[in-house]
Amino acid sequence: MTLLQAERLTFQRGGEDIFEPVSLTLAAGRVIVIRGDNGAGKTTLLRVLAGVLSPSSGCVRLNAEPIFVGHLPAVKADLSGRENLHYERQLGASQTTIAMALIQVGLAGMGARPARTLSAGQKKRLGLARLLVRNAPIWLLDEPYASLDAAGCARVDALIDAHTSQGGAVVLSTHQQLPQLDAAIDYLNVASASAADG
Amino acid sequence: MAKTSPFLALLKRDIKLSIRRAGETLLPLFFLFAVVVLIPLGVGPGPNLLSLMAPGMIWVAALLASLLALDQLFRGDLDDGTLEQWFIGPSSGYAQLGARLISHWLISALPVIVFSPLAAIMLHLPLEALPVLILTLLIGTPALSLIGSLAAALTLTTRGAGGLLPILVFPMVVPLLIFATGAVSLAAEGTVSNPHLGLLLAFTILNLSLMPIAIRAALKMNLE
Repeated sequence: MTLLQAERLTFQRGGEDIFEPVSLTLAAGRVIVIRGDNGAGKTTLLRVLAGVLSPSSGCVRLNAEPIFVGHLPAVKADLSGRENLHYERQLGASQTTIAMALIQVGLAGMGARPARTLSAGQKKRLGLARLLVRNAPIWLLDEPYASLDAAGCARVDALIDAHTSQGGAVVLSTHQQLPQLDAAIDYLNVASASAADG
Repeated sequence: MAKTSPFLALLKRDIKLSIRRAGETLLPLFFLFAVVVLIPLGVGPGPNLLSLMAPGMIWVAALLASLLALDQLFRGDLDDGTLEQWFIGPSSGYAQLGARLISHWLISALPVIVFSPLAAIMLHLPLEALPVLILTLLIGTPALSLIGSLAAALTLTTRGAGGLLPILVFPMVVPLLIFATGAVSLAAEGTVSNPHLGLLLAFTILNLSLMPIAIRAALKMNLE
């Protein structure tokens, strides 16, 4: 089953295309890894897929609820980890409880701490825990490995594998680490439109 | 767990956050009382002069107080990534924007309205004008919040926006100030103030129907 389909997507900023036109089809149980150099437009493409940005041409069709975890973890610093996840859960809860999600991302016992007292890596993990408590089959992850240690990266891979084995699908961008997954991976190379012109 | 609408979920979170930052939240109220206490010291405590100035002073104080919280209205959400979450997937962002506008009004304007009778008494406003003062604040402050929100959304990624905000807001709130203080002054003289209240209501309805579209567009523009 196709969960997400995009056809000849482009996005312009200041009248110039950011990346070459992109078409992709994301089926349940699959992972698409967006690769590209710094500034190639990986983040912009993911934000267009997520709906944060409207494409300049082409269209995105979603057949299921998406969730987007970007560079910024989208957690409120003045709320505790648990309160942040409670907010997320109100928008559509999955089977995973908040306590289970905190354990799975390695934040067991830290749920009561205000998010501002967490380190950058821990905040990132809390951002990833949002994925687990929400009932959203499409995960859109922008650089999920950034600012995580080796154990954290392995944990992200495990989460993605668990998600795809339950019929979910993932689009993620990375410029360094390639994911070590059991799930089937399609690679999508994003080329900066300006680099292609030059 | 039952699914809550994005509107209610955000409204609850906003209110929880503002209770947690009570010092910031109560700033507009402190500001109103600072003005009400300091003005008589500056111009002298004569009741005639004060009662003449009271409608304008309370409204100007409410207006300036509403500016205090504006700079942070969307900026915190932009910085921590929660703003872009408003627009994910099929969400148009209007539910979240509505929740934010209502929570902003509840936090910054409602306390001012609740305590305005006290301010009015301190400034010797005739008691018969008090209901009209409260009515003008109830009708007018939503428009004030909307106009301020548009300015905050437009200057979201502008550096040094703090100085730009008043410049954007003041010209747009002039009609509000004229109709509102006009209505209160007429009521203080014992005259009918319905025409002014009608114009004030029309101004607020115009803002309520058009501003959300403009604010949403400004927010999306700043996310690019």
